[in-house]
Amino acid sequence: MNLFAEALAWLFSPERLEGQYALPVLLGQHLFYTVVSVVIAAVIAVPAGWLIGHTGRGREVAVAISGAARAVPSFGLMVLLVLLLGVLRVPQAATITFVLLAIPSLLAGAYTGLEAIDRRVIDAARATGMTEWQIFWKVEVPLGLPLLVGGLRAATLQVIATVTIAAYVNLGGLGWPIIQGIPLRRFDQVLGGAILVAVLALIADMLLALAQRAAVPAGIRVASRGSRTPRAARRAASAESPSASEDSAATAPSSASPT
Amino acid sequence: MFTARKSRLALIGGIGLAASLVLAGCASSNPLDTPTEDGGESAGSDTIVIGSQAYYSNEIIAEIYAQALENADFTVEREFNIGQRDAYIPDLESGAIDLFPEYTGNLLEFYDDSADVTSPEDVYTALQDALPDGLTALDYAEASDQDTYTVTKEFAAANKLTSIADLASLSEKATIGGAPEFEQRPYGPAGAKELYGVDLAFSATGDTTLESLLAGEIQVADIYSADPAFETEDIVALEDPENLILASNVVPIASSDVADEIADVINAVSAALGADDLVALGVQSTVDEKSPEEIATQWLTDNDLL
Amino acid sequence: MNWIADNFGLILELTLAHLWQSAIPIVLGFVLSLPLGWVAWRYRLVRGPVVILTGLLYTIPSLALLILLPALIGISTRDPANLIIGLTIYAIAILVRAVADGLDSVDPAIRQSATAMGYGGLRRFWTVDFPLAAPVVLAGLRVTAVSTISLATVGILVGVENLGYLFTNGLQRRIIAEVFAGVLAVVVIALLIDLLLLLAGRALMPWTRAVKTPNAARRPARIVRAAA
Repeated sequence: MNLFAEALAWLFSPERLEGQYALPVLLGQHLFYTVVSVVIAAVIAVPAGWLIGHTGRGREVAVAISGAARAVPSFGLMVLLVLLLGVLRVPQAATITFVLLAIPSLLAGAYTGLEAIDRRVIDAARATGMTEWQIFWKVEVPLGLPLLVGGLRAATLQVIATVTIAAYVNLGGLGWPIIQGIPLRRFDQVLGGAILVAVLALIADMLLALAQRAAVPAGIRVASRGSRTPRAARRAASAESPSASEDSAATAPSSASPT
Repeated sequence: MFTARKSRLALIGGIGLAASLVLAGCASSNPLDTPTEDGGESAGSDTIVIGSQAYYSNEIIAEIYAQALENADFTVEREFNIGQRDAYIPDLESGAIDLFPEYTGNLLEFYDDSADVTSPEDVYTALQDALPDGLTALDYAEASDQDTYTVTKEFAAANKLTSIADLASLSEKATIGGAPEFEQRPYGPAGAKELYGVDLAFSATGDTTLESLLAGEIQVADIYSADPAFETEDIVALEDPENLILASNVVPIASSDVADEIADVINAVSAALGADDLVALGVQSTVDEKSPEEIATQWLTDNDLL
Repeated sequence: MNWIADNFGLILELTLAHLWQSAIPIVLGFVLSLPLGWVAWRYRLVRGPVVILTGLLYTIPSLALLILLPALIGISTRDPANLIIGLTIYAIAILVRAVADGLDSVDPAIRQSATAMGYGGLRRFWTVDFPLAAPVVLAGLRVTAVSTISLATVGILVGVENLGYLFTNGLQRRIIAEVFAGVLAVVVIALLIDLLLLLAGRALMPWTRAVKTPNAARRPARIVRAAA
């Protein structure tokens, strides 16, 4: 594909390392907004999700709020916030947009993680004399970690894809080659930018997939390796990935790339 | 026995039928439907298809053309807010669109970016040469909408700036803001450096360029000369004696086969579209929040063209 | 909010356009992802690459896809078909996963009993596997519908007019009410479609209306196998 070759040529040209729009700079900006937004979203969503999962209450409210949050178009919200907050607070406007985008997946990851735990385990923990806090931190959180990391993975992917629109409001990021390339009709630049974002997303996804595997507590991994009937194996396999349930759809990549 | 299963199947069938009817209905009566490649035959010989850019000022001009032609008993189909030139030029060239309000300088740059001319008349002549055979440029208007190097009046007074060249005398390096592609344009900061020896940093402020200028985030701004802000805010465009920026007057571009039919009506419009008109029309859109239809009707009435 | 009152006709027009530009990808995506999801579920070897491929499709920024698709298949960028194809691709990316996961969630014992009773392959799929997988697929469909409606607004950046017009036009003219109207309209129709799908699900899958088991007795161990 000719276009593809041109895009790669654009990507690897030495000019990409010079000037205010050098690729490392853009990458740094992109990662900055992604990380900051996901962290803020996590601080808000994860404790809330844990509370919902632990007490078993408020799930419907959470699902409703997540659904509404997903319905908000990121592009529109960002424009609205820029108009409302003013041009001097564009970074804040963009960050709020990305945080809102990340909350649904993190929230779902947190509460589905806790819900999936067998109640008997918690009863057993209580029976051995653990306090409620100990049960929460030593039993529920570690067992819920794989699904939580699954939610983190989905959220991060959506945010990485959407931070490309940050360039529209002068915040840089890997969306810049796309936003500038379209009016200039430089399709090698547009495709080059697209490739970069896709590669970044893939790498982040792989790293988080590894983290998700690592998050499975050691004891569970041993247990699932032990019982190797096809049915148990399938159950174990599905436990390690965002497993088949109504909630897996909730943690799955929900609102797609930049709106 | 009418089982639950049968009633479920009936329900699915019913929903499916209703959904396809609704989809078919919506699809066929979609008012914003755009043609794909019909080359103007679908609309009949009297229908003029008018397009516009995704820019409210351009949309107003297109609406003015539309109403003027309707007044002259043409049937008009509107296809506004198309977007970048890459999106609409192919349709214009193929005849799917018959008339489009354009700007001499920017369109010339699109077809031939090595063109060396800058004055309105020269640019128009060069454009006529550069246009492909199927397109004709009708008369251009005095009204223009070109890039500028604009500063606040306060900044100009404080630093004694009247022309772009004066920016070289600033003690601190200034930043110019504009659309993302401005950075790479021949009349962008690189061109200013070459022609005037002015060193400017660039910030891709895009649609918030005006606010950034007023907030002091940037010192110079590329604000299009038809922007209503020239009337509503205290800003001033720096002079361009060396003709760094190409003149960009409003020019109707028409398909050659309809050009003769509509020339009289449209040229009358162009003749009346004066240098300050676009700014005034823009004010009605942004400050008074009027719709393009209202603004166009008002302007045509005021100029005795309706 | 005078602007909204004065321009209600425009908002309605754009909403209708937006609806049909979103509805087609949702339906098409659903129909196409059924066979794809089934293949991914049935053939373990295929599943990995399919998941990776759909994940990859998912990460392509929508704006870039909408510019490049026309270049690849030769239609105009501002042709609504361009937006529709792009949105369908994203819909498939989400739904294939949902279909595979849904089929996964069907207890193999049930599938085996159906086979034992004499159900052939296709009949078993439509009467046993699919209805049992349907709740998961429906959840995925709802998510897809909401995100498609939300994402369709990007179309304005390549010249396809829908509710996204209110964002770019509102920003250019600095009319906050216009942008707000656009955001609100998108949210409202997305939630309405979501509700419609939910109700359709309830109507078509009466067995899911069973009494909700209290938290304590919910889903037995998937992560933890207590005693053997």
